[in-house]
Amino acid sequence: MDLFLDQFVNPEVLAKYAPLILKGAGVTVVLSLLIVLAGIGFGALLACLRAYRLRLVSFLIVVFADVFRALPPLVLILLVFFGLPNIGVVLSSFTVLFIVLTLVLAAFAEEIVWAGITSIPKGQWEAARSTGLGFTQALFYVVLPQAVRMVIPPLTNRAIAITKMTALGMVIGVPDILGQATTAQSFSANASPLTLAAVAYVLLFLPFVIASRWLEARFARPGS
Amino acid sequence: MDAILQQFFNIEIMAKSMPLVLKGLGMTLLICAVVIPLGALGGLAAALASVSGNRFLRRGAIAFVDLFRAIPPLVLLIFIYAGLPFAGMRISPFAAVTLGFFLNNSAYFAEIFRAGLLSVPKGQAEAARSTGLTRAQTLIWVTLPQAVRNVLPDLLSNMVEIVKLTSLASVVSLGEILHAAGLVRSLTYNASPLVLAAGIYLLLLWPLIRLISHFERRIAS
Repeated sequence: MDLFLDQFVNPEVLAKYAPLILKGAGVTVVLSLLIVLAGIGFGALLACLRAYRLRLVSFLIVVFADVFRALPPLVLILLVFFGLPNIGVVLSSFTVLFIVLTLVLAAFAEEIVWAGITSIPKGQWEAARSTGLGFTQALFYVVLPQAVRMVIPPLTNRAIAITKMTALGMVIGVPDILGQATTAQSFSANASPLTLAAVAYVLLFLPFVIASRWLEARFARPGS
Repeated sequence: MDAILQQFFNIEIMAKSMPLVLKGLGMTLLICAVVIPLGALGGLAAALASVSGNRFLRRGAIAFVDLFRAIPPLVLLIFIYAGLPFAGMRISPFAAVTLGFFLNNSAYFAEIFRAGLLSVPKGQAEAARSTGLTRAQTLIWVTLPQAVRNVLPDLLSNMVEIVKLTSLASVVSLGEILHAAGLVRSLTYNASPLVLAAGIYLLLLWPLIRLISHFERRIAS
């Protein structure tokens, strides 16, 4: 038991590396916020574009959404991080992680918001149009607000799952929580920084997981 | 344009890396074959506990699910693989992946099964019990089949997520697809093996993703 405490919750090691992990937590939070804003924004935009039912545009959006939902994010991260420099494009590991996870979240958000838009009864469209609203106005003032309300729970779940993937940045050297913790662990030859990292993630994400449970109970899921 | 072809779609390098990447595919499938049934069983157990009549069981199950939905799987995996040796326990990469993914997948499967179980009207179980079925028989023959059917798209999409998740095993040097492709990339300084790996994941998962979209549309209409 003493060995366990010494190795996993060593007070000295914890105190020494807590500031680093805290700095890492800052990176994780900033990155997560940027990804959620950009990813959901871009995904919702694509879903709106798809509502115009232009055949070529819709086709391209579906291909984008399918590819980014099928590929493991870690594959995309390594592909962009190690591939682009070979053709002369050098991006920081932070930028690579932001771009990849934003596109992945956008792909899922597009599918979720699109499911919301298609679940709005036709009568809503017709009523909106008959009051003299144009197609775009009907979409943005009548259909989209109802659609978004309906898909808040699945969107929240997906956003949590994808912001958690910021931990993958450790593989390409992003100094986020996990990145700092693995560095600290190898310097200190002690597992306490990893314990600290796990605790930091739980503190950061548990409120959102609990909130998503509450949201799910409050809003009915579309299709059920 | 030539540079892009040369660096990302180099047929020669892809051909060379093919045997290793295919071996990796075997490992990816092996991980899935172990981890998906384990996670589904663990998730089902946690889901049953979370809708049971016992308050402690219920709270314990929900705490378990929320905890493991809050911890990123890579953090869990590294904690197990790099942490346990400090406690004097040596653990193989495969065992670490199995344990880490079991905890993570169980939590996600539990949420899905729970939603499914809650979606079956109470009258179904009551009617089944009144015909003389035991509780276990009611669960197996009446409640569970309906619960599973109601959440089939979610179960499928969770399986897709698990197949994608296996790529994390490359971080602890388990020789699955991504690890194999990454190895050849670091030897050739060329990204084509990673494109090959991406292509294999697409071939594997794209049909499933289409199937899920199909199911979701059918349920919505």
